[in-house]
Amino acid sequence: MKFRAWLALVAGILPATLAAIVLFLALYSWPAMHFNGLGFVVRDTWNLGNLYANPIMRNGTQVQPGATYGILFLIVGTLASTLIALAIALPMGVGAAIFLAEAVPAGLRLWISFFVELLMAIPSVVFGLWGYVVVIPFLGHHLYPLLAHSLGKAIPFFAEPTGSGYGLLTAGIVLSLMIVPIIAATLRDALVSQPVSLREAALGLGATRFEALWKVMLPGTRKTLIGATFLALGRALGETMAVLMVSGNALNYLPHRIYDPVSTMAAFIVSQLDSALQDPTGLAVRSLAEIAFVLAIISILVNALARVLLLVWNNSQRSVMV
Amino acid sequence: MTALAPARRPAHQIRLSRRFLSLTGWTLSGACLLALSALMVWILAVVFMRGMTALKLSVLTTITQGSGGGLLNAIEGTLVLSAGALLLAVPFGVAAGIYSAEYRFTRWATTIRFLADVLVGVPSIVVGYFGYVGMVEWLGWSFSVAAGSIALAIISLPYICRTTELALRQVSNDLRDAAYSLGANDRRVILGVCLPAALPGILTGILLALAVSVGETAPLLYTAGWSNYMWDGHLTHSPIGYLTYAIWTFINEPFASANALAYAAALLVTGFVLIINILARFVLDRRARR
Repeated sequence: MKFRAWLALVAGILPATLAAIVLFLALYSWPAMHFNGLGFVVRDTWNLGNLYANPIMRNGTQVQPGATYGILFLIVGTLASTLIALAIALPMGVGAAIFLAEAVPAGLRLWISFFVELLMAIPSVVFGLWGYVVVIPFLGHHLYPLLAHSLGKAIPFFAEPTGSGYGLLTAGIVLSLMIVPIIAATLRDALVSQPVSLREAALGLGATRFEALWKVMLPGTRKTLIGATFLALGRALGETMAVLMVSGNALNYLPHRIYDPVSTMAAFIVSQLDSALQDPTGLAVRSLAEIAFVLAIISILVNALARVLLLVWNNSQRSVMV
Repeated sequence: MTALAPARRPAHQIRLSRRFLSLTGWTLSGACLLALSALMVWILAVVFMRGMTALKLSVLTTITQGSGGGLLNAIEGTLVLSAGALLLAVPFGVAAGIYSAEYRFTRWATTIRFLADVLVGVPSIVVGYFGYVGMVEWLGWSFSVAAGSIALAIISLPYICRTTELALRQVSNDLRDAAYSLGANDRRVILGVCLPAALPGILTGILLALAVSVGETAPLLYTAGWSNYMWDGHLTHSPIGYLTYAIWTFINEPFASANALAYAAALLVTGFVLIINILARFVLDRRARR
């Protein structure tokens, strides 16, 4: 019994760590939250103010004159890049899972799945390197002009100028590749573990193999797919290095076209800490902590939702580690 | 008798439109898989081809100087930071994993499992910034091995917990029953019987956590800092280099020598991560299943 109590105590490090992260970020950013108020999420200006002037008192907080902190452009950038990533990754992941589970012979399936799922293991900074070195020139010179000339004629959001290749769409494309394997792996597992009798019944009624899959097997995995999508969403929202290297790191700018530079909450924390440290009142560093706090809360909610969906609906304990 | 003919019509009698739709479906899904594999090959090709040309012996044996030199300091730093992270995360992670597997029906175990999954999803930059304001600033450690290792340990802790738990779940209950019937207590059963049986699986999990640590950047940027020199052995108040930082920084510099270092670092990191994953999948995992 003593052994068990001891284990339970040590296991408590996990909840303690999570609580410590959330509480500490909240406490540290408290002065910033007090100063920024709720307008933090609807203003689209991040301005440290005049760093050469003497700090003044505003709302009981010491700030540099002219300082305003708002992250609307970051929220828009984060949501837009994540949505683009999901829009690409969802059909691609579903397609790959279908083909892996149904068309590839079982012996070969393990190998190909392993190869494709290795994408999950590649570090995000390597995705960033690849994006920076080869994808940006390719998209900027070839794909984007093509898009602008075709789609751009009808939809202004796709029209010229296409920019240099850094931007929202590039970030979305690179992100999508990082989350596709989450969707593909989870869905493939779910498809393979569907009862064989379902397919046999569908085939027996005269369905083609694809109809059996599309109309009978796939609907059965709908809940798993939703859970996996939330997992992927959580990953895309918090992805840092790859986005940092390909998004163009826009400041105080809302994208007007899909090629425009953006920044996300996660990438902004990295790109702005150095300049935030120039603020003698420390409010800029605390406002960055507020971004980290908001990001932590969002990702905890999204992930908790994903796990609840996968656990409750699926009643399975298997978890894909992402 | 003809009324008893099979209900299923032969393939050529299925409506053309249905056959066409099926064919389109298979083609599209096949194209998705092909595209995904092709992209994976593309990434690997870029990393390996550029990395191979950049990787010279001097890169492995000298330290960074300005925008050139080698990566010895970064290689050492990555090893030190990852080893530190494992040292911290393994005891806690394995203990938490044991608890959530062996007492899996308790409410505390369910909570631990759930929160481990949630902690996996917390963005690494959030952990990094927590490390910065908590350890670098508040505790006053400045950029240091201690801060970097603890940040990495937070990232790997939930992985180790979950993989340990999954490995212990694979252990047959017959083993536990046999041990209990011989009069062993919880401690003897878990440490003497279950843990050895689950060891390959647990080791796989630890190796995969190591791969994650080696590939992480965001948690280290503002906890470990960067240094052009070898580690001086101090746990606090001395920054340390690591490979992923080299990838991120040196690729942005206008010098070919710096870019070459970035490619070499990318090759080292990717190669290491891939080898661990392949090892975990084809050697340890197979042994664990036996």
